[in-house]
Amino acid sequence: MKISLDQFDKAFENRIRLQIMSVLVANESYDFNSLKELLELTDGNLASHLKALEKEAYMEVQKSFIGRKPNTRYSVTEKGRAAFKKHLQALENLIKQQKL
Amino acid sequence: MEEKDIHAELSSIRDLMERSAKFISLSGLSGVMAGIYALIGAGIGYNLLKTGNYEGDNIVFITELFLVAFAVLIFSIGTGFWLSYKKARKIGRPFWSTGSKRLLINMAIPLVSGGLFTFILIYHGHYGIVAPATLIFYGLALVAGSHYTYSGVKSLGIIEILLGLLAALIPGYGLLLWTIGFGVLHIIYGAVMHFKYDS
Repeated sequence: MKISLDQFDKAFENRIRLQIMSVLVANESYDFNSLKELLELTDGNLASHLKALEKEAYMEVQKSFIGRKPNTRYSVTEKGRAAFKKHLQALENLIKQQKL
Repeated sequence: MEEKDIHAELSSIRDLMERSAKFISLSGLSGVMAGIYALIGAGIGYNLLKTGNYEGDNIVFITELFLVAFAVLIFSIGTGFWLSYKKARKIGRPFWSTGSKRLLINMAIPLVSGGLFTFILIYHGHYGIVAPATLIFYGLALVAGSHYTYSGVKSLGIIEILLGLLAALIPGYGLLLWTIGFGVLHIIYGAVMHFKYDS
């Protein structure tokens, strides 16, 4: 049975973006390289998805330096957390509907 | 999107949330090995206690006992790192990850405080509460670290704390309760973890 995707957040239509958000909501913050290793993505690929999520204001970026190495950390915003919850709720509702 | 896709999506989200925050390469076998080292150490300690003639020379005995305990600690930590590193390689996860760093830092705070406190106890000659203190602080370290690895570690920590309190309550059973806490419990928990997660 096919289900319409109307009630889903467009930003999470892409699987990788949903995965990034899953990591961010479970952690206070996460750095670029750890995220890259965990999700097994290339620099460019990860960066483009992060940019998209940042544009939605679902997460924020903190840039700092550890010694001389740049360290970029990402953390979820309240808006992003709410959107992620809503998206999960929509997924769960679909399962419930189908069981009726 | 079909129902099984949604289930797959939800379980991949859950898996990522878990994996990103926790260190799950902790090797069960290293727990078993730590238990065995502790049993050997306790055996040596017991022999020192029985055969040694330490009248009026208590400091030699304490030093020997301390060296044995220190060797047990070093071997246990070494084996833990080595086997967990191997497990991480095997399952293709980074060993030095956000999860492992948090686990180390959160365990190190109670462990280092406990270690220093134990030194101070020995320095002041309060030998009787050394075994209870090491059990209690180790238990606290496990409880603190349990948020960043398998949740079963928390119940092990609570049992270690209870054993430590019991050892403090009834003097003279320090070595026995220490042997149970660091030896027997590690072997049981390590074996359970090994069969539950490693194989």
